[in-house]
Amino acid sequence: MNNSRRSFDVLVVGAGPAGIAAACCAAQAGVRVGIVDNNARPGGQIWRGETQDSNVADAADWLRKLASSRAEILAPMEVFAQPEAGRLTATSSDGVCELGYKKLILCTGARERFLPFPGWTLPNVMGAGGLQAVVKSGMDIAGKKVILAGSGPLLLAVGAHLRAHGADVRTIAEQAPWSRLIRFGMALASRGRKISQALQLKKRLSRIAFRAGCWVVAAEGDGKVESVTLRTVHKTWREPCDYLACGFHLVPNTELASLLGCELRGGFVRTDEFQQSSVSGIYCAGEPTGIGGLELSIAEGQIAGFAAAGQRERAQEYFGEQKSQRRFSMALERAFMLRDELRPLASAETIVCRCEDVKFGRLREQSSWRAAKLQTRCGMGPCQGRICGPAVEFLFGWKAESARPPIFPVAVESLAATACAE
Amino acid sequence: MRAGAYDVVIVGAGIVGAACAWACASEGLRVAVIEADIIGGGATGAGMGHLVVMDDSKAQFALTRYSRSLWQQLVTELPGDVEYESCGTIWVAADQEEMEAVRQKKEFYETRGVPAEMLDAKALRMAEPNLREGLAGGLRVPGDAVIYAPCAARFFIERAQSRGAELYLPRVVTGITAEGVRLNDGTVIAAHRVVNAAGTWSPMLTPGIEVKKRKGHLVITERYAGFVKHQLVELGYLKSAHSMTTESVAFNVQPRRTGQMLIGSSRQFDMEGKGVDANILRRMLGRAAEFLPGVNRLSAIRSWTGFRAATPDKLPLIGPWPGHENLFLATGHEGLGITTSLGTAKLLVDQLLRRTSEIPIAPYLPSRVPESVHA
Amino acid sequence: MPKAFSVTVNGAQVDATEDMTALAAILLSGTTTLRRSVSGEQRGALCGMGVCFECRVTINGEHHCRSCQIRCAQEMDIRTDE
Repeated sequence: MNNSRRSFDVLVVGAGPAGIAAACCAAQAGVRVGIVDNNARPGGQIWRGETQDSNVADAADWLRKLASSRAEILAPMEVFAQPEAGRLTATSSDGVCELGYKKLILCTGARERFLPFPGWTLPNVMGAGGLQAVVKSGMDIAGKKVILAGSGPLLLAVGAHLRAHGADVRTIAEQAPWSRLIRFGMALASRGRKISQALQLKKRLSRIAFRAGCWVVAAEGDGKVESVTLRTVHKTWREPCDYLACGFHLVPNTELASLLGCELRGGFVRTDEFQQSSVSGIYCAGEPTGIGGLELSIAEGQIAGFAAAGQRERAQEYFGEQKSQRRFSMALERAFMLRDELRPLASAETIVCRCEDVKFGRLREQSSWRAAKLQTRCGMGPCQGRICGPAVEFLFGWKAESARPPIFPVAVESLAATACAE
Repeated sequence: MRAGAYDVVIVGAGIVGAACAWACASEGLRVAVIEADIIGGGATGAGMGHLVVMDDSKAQFALTRYSRSLWQQLVTELPGDVEYESCGTIWVAADQEEMEAVRQKKEFYETRGVPAEMLDAKALRMAEPNLREGLAGGLRVPGDAVIYAPCAARFFIERAQSRGAELYLPRVVTGITAEGVRLNDGTVIAAHRVVNAAGTWSPMLTPGIEVKKRKGHLVITERYAGFVKHQLVELGYLKSAHSMTTESVAFNVQPRRTGQMLIGSSRQFDMEGKGVDANILRRMLGRAAEFLPGVNRLSAIRSWTGFRAATPDKLPLIGPWPGHENLFLATGHEGLGITTSLGTAKLLVDQLLRRTSEIPIAPYLPSRVPESVHA
Repeated sequence: MPKAFSVTVNGAQVDATEDMTALAAILLSGTTTLRRSVSGEQRGALCGMGVCFECRVTINGEHHCRSCQIRCAQEMDIRTDE
């Protein structure tokens, strides 16, 4: 195994929109910048598969800016530990890479929230973003019957994308009621850009049944999903499908921030207006500071990039955008709040922790997250609680604990290599 | 139940406190267990969970052998989630000098009725093909086992509860008095006897007892069923366990029933922080790879630390605390609390009821004058 | 155009490119079950972005590889853990 070592004035973790913006701005300020991502190419989840020639204007713009910047792209590489302050360790295809930094910007993005319901562990029940990612990376979805269920704007975007790839998108079931969506729509109306995006989406989704106030209660099938049971306050029915794509809005990836000792508040990384976390020299931008979408991520990334590179005046130029987008973020949170009917979906026999196959009935007997971990191994598998943690928090109100190295499973020799001081 | 009705209040629901609660309740005593956090949340949950006979001293041998026999009697009653695996231990000898020590160890065990089997280099390779070539051999102790200790502690508590014991959780004891214990909300729980089974927290409740925190690190892997078949320990383990001042690591790998490998071990004194120390991790994993090169390629999913309650002479404190008529101790089990929990509980009950124990109690009494560590 | 080659999924040849993930190749081969869970359930991919570990398969003899994070390469041998 080869170990290599690099050092940067500003190191950015995560090459989604926030990270790309941060890296570009920091590099523009003339300091030595590195940007790490666990995917082979920059773009994050939202711009997965996009290139500099993309017809998604934002994506093409920023990917071009990044490519022409002096920021060094380190990918694919997965950060798993910080053996000492100022030095991260990451796995790459040829061993462990040590990444020294003076300033760090965490742009670790978000993942989908999954809620357990009977049948959710069947093959072909996937995340909405998950199915989209797989299609973007080469899977053929043409002609397949797809039902999307869950919550949040991602469902629509994914529905449109899958349809463009020939999927037979039958139904989009959004758990939030129309009343909240309409209020959210009015908030959008005050933003030209968001509303035009929404209208475009609507066009691409014409003739797909979009149901608000509708949620999945079960998935059925033998060996893989074959049908889905949906419910509104008025009725319950079953629909056949080849794929069920579901996601209940997003949860931030805060494991690295936790590992580094950054303070969280309400599950998000707390930052000052320059995006600096409670740990001096460690900044955070994008979804980990609050689920706010693309524009907020980019604004925060720009602020963090300039601030970390010592150009606070230039960072301040984006305060207005940051503030206005945060209002959108709050509207988003209100609109897609999870309804209480989603809590009792799991039965005693429903698996909650998919790594260790821990059932809801056993978890119900526990007094806390720690007790659940110790007595049932919930959250003790390789995903380290990333999937069951947010579900358990929604179901029982238990909060996950602090992170420990490695924050992703790594070979024993890589974990051992974390301290090879010179 | 009316205040003052308890015969015994046990502070701490780690595996030792839980076993004591079960033993006391089984004798018809009215028992309360008070736990500040969760069942098995301290060293019980952080440790490896081995049931081993150890020969660091004659007294340690006597207590571990006694306790292991109590575990063996219990096997059929243990619920599935205790994950009892009678995998046995192999003490691995790196060279001929260590093989000589293996011979002595075998004789020591066998003359005391504990079966043990010498393995030469070839037999060791047959038993554990993933060990590196060139090792001299080892000693197999087939009666040793591993368990998942937090569920064992819960099982003991459930048994105690079925015999009338009451569990107070989460409730924090702030002081032990002549009347019983005082909780942080001012409540007094009255009892004739109090057992301090609070592990590393025990000195906070009973100033003057010689229990210090000894930090350990562990790493667990993904599932690789059959990668090793026995608990593997380097013969030098006791040397590591002995060093009282410095930090030390030793090769100790356990196969769990899940197929996961649990990799240890490390010992550090005077460390308060719970943080994972990258240098200790490197040394500990490096040591494991020296014996078991293939471990390097296994996927590690988690590392953590915990604290053992260590005494200067490596023996637990079991019995009355001199000068305090109502106070008993069951603490200071260092890295052997899982194994010795059942023996400790028996000895403690014998002390409470003023009976003679099946093994001599003197080496474990808190009033003892420590003998030489090398028995 | 990305280079085209084939990979092996449970012994069968599947056309692939280096832009494709191992997971996409598995799904293209018609396999939907990627692994058996610890209690024996059939499982497929979930998150598609490397966090859920449901898509673990054996790649070139190495167990527990996240197929959604690994790109296809020439002569790659993929085995689902059914």
